[in-house]
Amino acid sequence: MSKEAVDDTIDITDVVCPITFVKVKVALEDLEDGQKLGVHLSDGEPIQNVPRSLKDEGHKVLSVDKNDDGTWELVVEKGGLG
Amino acid sequence: MSKLTNEQLERYSRHIILKQVGGKGQEKLLGGKVLVIGTGGLGAPAAMYLAAAGVGTIGLVDFDVVDLSNLQRQIIHQTADVGKPKIQSGKETIAAMNPDVDVHTYNELVTSANIRDIIRDQDYDFIIDGTDNFPAKFLINDACVFEKKPFVHAGIIRFQGQLMTYVPGEGPCYRCVFPTMPPKDAVPTCRQAGVLGVMGGVIGTLQATEALKYILGIGDLLTGYLLTFDALKMNFRKVKIPRNPSCAVCGDHPTITELIDYEQPTCDLKK
Repeated sequence: MSKEAVDDTIDITDVVCPITFVKVKVALEDLEDGQKLGVHLSDGEPIQNVPRSLKDEGHKVLSVDKNDDGTWELVVEKGGLG
Repeated sequence: MSKLTNEQLERYSRHIILKQVGGKGQEKLLGGKVLVIGTGGLGAPAAMYLAAAGVGTIGLVDFDVVDLSNLQRQIIHQTADVGKPKIQSGKETIAAMNPDVDVHTYNELVTSANIRDIIRDQDYDFIIDGTDNFPAKFLINDACVFEKKPFVHAGIIRFQGQLMTYVPGEGPCYRCVFPTMPPKDAVPTCRQAGVLGVMGGVIGTLQATEALKYILGIGDLLTGYLLTFDALKMNFRKVKIPRNPSCAVCGDHPTITELIDYEQPTCDLKK
């Protein structure tokens, strides 16, 4: 997982768009502003769309790291752009 | 953790993605309770969209059975349902569409004797007037004023429709606009005048929109406005309507303090 300390994590490699973002969004709703969520996501559409959707809703993507198996780790701060 | 199941996250994903809804908003809808009075031209599409949206408790009130002439617009009923009580037909359609919805049925004509009990039965959050006659419209208005419940009025005829939303303490009620029953035979019913089938879809869907917005607590409701739609001219008009301080039912000194059963002057309710 990511080097950053996070308050919760979610794996969305088992779902496709738009459930990817839906799951991240619902997970963020359970956090407070300023808390961080780690997201494990697949290459391709998820990594292209999820970070952008998070920014659109005012969350700050703190880091995006690629794993050896081609999946990604993303850390987002709730309301970080608010 | 969110109370939504994976299946619900998928079913309602297009809602949850909306910034104004989200998982929390969808949970509000699933906890929402809407009473639909009349499962005809207006109530049929309204109830179907509320069910699809995941409004968790829906009440259906109707005393009639499905008639072949209903099917041109009352899309909750199918050809095989002719002769079946409308509430039963409606309940079956909703059950097939969305198992998240708990449907309560009231196989009766709303009157002064039962309407307040029906509203209280599930302590409904919001009421949809999908009726086709003036006695019921005044009855629903007065009952909602007395029970302090928001409701959306609507009417359709020929190529025209209208709606307005009443929220207690926040604007006019139906009687502020229409103080009493129209004179006998002054206004034809859609049975006499006809109605383009889609009118119920357009206006009933707008009623469902008001119910969803109310439950979600988003946007601006049609409180203080009457929205009219002319399908031939494809014209919407939003007319500002003030609250009437001397309204007989919601005014500062109300003279109507009990429900009234007006007689249906223009046609027989039962064939």
